[in-house]
Order: sequence, then structure tokens, then C-alpha cells
Amino acid sequence: MEVRVQNVRKEFDRFPALHDVSLDIASGELIALLGPSGSGKTTLLRLIAGLERPTAGKIFFGAEDASEKNVQERNIGFVFQHYALFRHMTILENVSFGLEVRPRATRPAKAEIRRRARELLDLVQLSGLEKRYPSQLSGGQRQRVALARALAIEPRVLLLDEPFGALDAQVRRELRKWLREIHDRTGHTTVFVTHDQEEALELADRLCVMSQGKIEQVGTPDSVYDHPQSPFVFGFIGESSTLPVTVERGDLWLGDRPLGVSGVEGNGPAQLYFRPHDIELVEADAALRGVVASSRRVGGTRRVELELGGSAHRVEIDLPFDHPAGERSQISFRPKRWKLFPAV
Amino acid sequence: MEASLQHRQVTSPTNEPAGVRWTLILAGLVYMALFIVLPVIAVFSEAFAQGWGAFFQSLQSPDAQSAIRLTLLVAAIAVPLNVVFGICASWAIAKFEFKGKAFLITLIDLPFSVSPVISGLVYVLLFGSGSVLGPWLRSYNIEILFAVPGIVLATIFVTFPFVARELIPLMQDQGSGDEEAAISLGASGWQTFWKVTLPNIKWGLLYGVLLCNARAMGEFGAVAVVSGKIRGQTTTMPLQVEMFYNEYQSTAAFALASMLALLALVTLVLKTALEWRFGDELAATGRGH
Repeated sequence: MEVRVQNVRKEFDRFPALHDVSLDIASGELIALLGPSGSGKTTLLRLIAGLERPTAGKIFFGAEDASEKNVQERNIGFVFQHYALFRHMTILENVSFGLEVRPRATRPAKAEIRRRARELLDLVQLSGLEKRYPSQLSGGQRQRVALARALAIEPRVLLLDEPFGALDAQVRRELRKWLREIHDRTGHTTVFVTHDQEEALELADRLCVMSQGKIEQVGTPDSVYDHPQSPFVFGFIGESSTLPVTVERGDLWLGDRPLGVSGVEGNGPAQLYFRPHDIELVEADAALRGVVASSRRVGGTRRVELELGGSAHRVEIDLPFDHPAGERSQISFRPKRWKLFPAV
Repeated sequence: MEASLQHRQVTSPTNEPAGVRWTLILAGLVYMALFIVLPVIAVFSEAFAQGWGAFFQSLQSPDAQSAIRLTLLVAAIAVPLNVVFGICASWAIAKFEFKGKAFLITLIDLPFSVSPVISGLVYVLLFGSGSVLGPWLRSYNIEILFAVPGIVLATIFVTFPFVARELIPLMQDQGSGDEEAAISLGASGWQTFWKVTLPNIKWGLLYGVLLCNARAMGEFGAVAVVSGKIRGQTTTMPLQVEMFYNEYQSTAAFALASMLALLALVTLVLKTALEWRFGDELAATGRGH
């Protein structure tokens, strides 16, 4: 089921949480709403679910206007960060709940409900735990029950609100892979909210990066990572360093020092962004030069903080882990790939 | 080194020396015995002072019987009403944001902070002969004061906070995540209430009902003001105890009093049993008692 969010605005007590947001979600895709806390990503998810009403704008499920429908009528599957399992019900009863509460006309027979619940528990690899209560399960298991419960009603859209936020790193990675598998097998249109960029990059077909109630950029993980369209996205996704520079006669300057990067369009002050690993070490005068202020090991490389000569600016670059540079040694480099944004 | 470690007495820093501990425990026990256990024993021993026969006989007197019936009737009306209103109020307070919420919370506590006599007088002012409502209702042959309705009203007023007080922190703590999950799965409002909300609060609710019931049956002050003390008609158990006592029928007074004390003991036993049996669940649902 494709979902269309059209010019949606949401205010809480006159305080705007979303400004005029539009987003098209394709049928069967797995899309991540990514942003820092307060960016409005959870509000957008709850609006799609019908747990909140938009102040203005519409939400379409396929061709049908869902804005006027309440949660029950929208037939969505919602997974909460803190599971929200019914603690007085067994796992099987939890998963059966959505079918049990259907009106008599559309409710399957008892045996059929049980059969489907068992099937779903099998899908989320929890067979054998039917008679347990939520409090007897680990966090990861609980979230899998919550997903099975949401899938039981055959939702048109699956919505997950920071589904792995309350789990530890190891379990989170496992469940991420597992959720991708489930999605590929069941093909539900899935929207999930996260503040963890690694999770979003790894799991999603597309990212929707949000900040301060607005959508900053929508695209595949590659396009968002490689071609950030705003300083916020550049800073939020992946590592980045930034410098205030000047464009003059096609060259980039930091103060009175040329960077050795030419062929730049425009004129005047600008903000330079580059990633710590997208640099090359050079032995030339026209380059950024600085002394090592600190260094630490990050995975297979060494991340070095440089204090640039003649200015108070500090940037981070990656060096091979066996690079001989020590504290206070001089390093010259140029950014290989970079982007300019208007000066702030 | 190892040996010296083994021989050193390991005490937790929060542990007091034995002398201090025993003094504290003893002080607590003596205080309780003096002010709580002794009076309870006194009530029962006085009730049985003339033997079992006199005890049962005095309980079977028409006055005592009618007092017991009235008390049960009042509790049977006041407690269910307070359960319904208590759930409504705590639901509203815990799950919604609205103007005047803090005021409502304070208002719920009012019966606790106001003297029961005043609670009774409020109804005298509202329905008395000098009021607007009283004569108007009387013209339709409806008696509030010095009749059962007045006693029920005063009892409801006094016992209102018990259920709500018990449920508000519990429901606030639980939030509305479970309810949102239920409606997202297609459950209607009623289904959500019966299948999700009520089971989540049932132990807290039961606890509140027990306390509410104990107070409803035992209330003296507020009821005394509105009852008029018409023998055999508007005297509840606590009022009848006082009347017997004032008439020097001490066996009858203490026999009836012992019934009230028994009720208190049963309430305590039930409450303890609940906590013992469902302690885990009570703790899991975050009840702070």
C-alpha cells in the first residue's frame, strides 16, 4: 500500500512540531524516518498511524483519504519502542488480540486465530514460548512478539517507532538484520523511526532525514550519504569536518591561505564540508596544514584532530593506522571530495 | 593478609549495631501494642464480657439489626459509585491533558483534608429547611436530610478519594502505550477498557475498593450530622454503637463495635493476602505501597 503525506502540519498547543511536510512512500518499501530528538519524526509516524490528528494537510493510503479515519479503521500495524505488550496476557493471547477484537462478522474462528498466531510466532522465531508472559521474555524477544502482534491483523502499513531503541547494541544488530529478512519475506510497506544513522543506512531502502519539524532530504542511503543537500544532513549522516572558507577567482581560501582546490564556482564566504576519510595527504604549499592535537583509533584507521596553522579551527581527518604522525607533527592535506554551503 | 581478611567482620555500611536495631524494633512493637493491639483486644473482651449468649442476643436486637442492614446498604451504594467515578477521574487525569487538571487533583483530596463534620454540614446547608433545594425536593416528597439518601451522599463524599487516589499514580505510571497498542490493533474503546485498561489496574482497584469499603462502613462524623439518629431508621453501625454506649448498654455497644473491628481485621487480612499473592504483579505495575 503506498502512503502519501500531503502538506501536513501539526501543532501541539500552538507549538509547531511539523511544518508543511510532504512525503511519498512507495508500496512495499522500507523507509526510515531519521533525525535527532525533537525533529518531528515520531510525530510524523503517529500521524500516519492516526494516533495524532494533523492540524492541516492530508494523508492518503493508496487513493483513499485516510486523514478522516481513526486508528482502528486505518488497519495499520504499530510497534512501540517500549513494546506495549499486554502484561496480563500470554504471548499467544497477545498475538491473537487483534483478531479476537474484530467484530463477529469478520472474526476468524477460534482455532483459526490460534493457528495464525502460532504461524506468526514461528515467523518471528518464538515457537514454544506461547504460554509465557511478556515479563518472562528478554527485551529482544518482547519486541519480536510486538512485531508478530502487529503483523497478525494483516496491516496495510507497518509502522515502527524506534523499535530497537531500548535494546543493547548486540541484540539491536541481530534484530536489524532479522527485520530486513522479515520485510523481504512479507513485503509490507514499512516506515520506521530511528535516531541511529547506522541503523537507518543499513536497514532502509530510502531515508527521510528530518530536522526541526521539516524534511531535509529523502533518498537512498547512498545518495543521502554521498550527496547531502544541506549542512544539516552532511553533519548528521556520517562523520564530517567543516571550515569557513572564501571563494575567490575559482580558488578556495582559508584566511589568506589557498587550499589548492580550484575550479570552484561563485564568490565570497562559504562553509566547506568534507568527510574525514575523503582527503589526500599532500606535500605542497597550497593545502591545509596543521599540527596533530589528538589522535585515536577508530576501527582500521586512525582519526586525527588537526589544529590548523594560523587559525583556531580544528578538523578531523582519517590516517592509515600505521601512519607515523605523532603528537604535534605537521600534516598537510586536501579534501578529495567536498561540498560548499552558503556561509552561516 | 588473607587470614586477616577472613577474620574481619564484614558489615554493610548501612547496618546498625545490634543494640540499636533491637531498641528500634522494641520501640516500634511496644508502641503498636499500646496504641493499636490493646484497644482492639479491649473491644473484643468487652463484647464477650457477658458471654457468647449475651453477645449474640445484643446483635439480634432490632436496633442492631437495622443498623447493620443500613450500613451494608450504604456501602453497597457508595462503594460502586465511587468505583465508577474513581475510574473516570483517574482516567481523565492520567490519560488526558486539560485545563484545571491540577485543580481537580487537589479537589479529589478535599474530603481527606476537611473534617468529616464539615462534610456533613455541607449537606445540611444544601438540603436543609433553610436552603433552596431542600424545600423544593420535599414538595415532591423526596427527603434527603435525616434519611437514607443524606447518609449515602455524606458517605460518598467522605470515601471519594480512596479509589481515585489509588488509581491515579498507577495509571499515570502506566501511561497510554497499552491503550494505543490496543486501538492500533483495531480494538474499540470499550474493548480496550475491558481487555487492557481494567486488567492493568485491577489490583490497585481492588485495594482501593477495600479501603473505600472499610471507611464507608466505619464513617461516623459526616453521617452523624446528616442522619438525625432516628432509631431503627437512620442509624448506621457506628452511630448505633455510640447510642448503645450512651445508654449504658456496654455489651451491645461493644458487640456491634466488635463487628466493625472484625471488618477492619478482614480488610487487613485481605489486603495482606492480596499483597502476598500478587506482590510481584503489584510491584510490576508500579504501585508504591
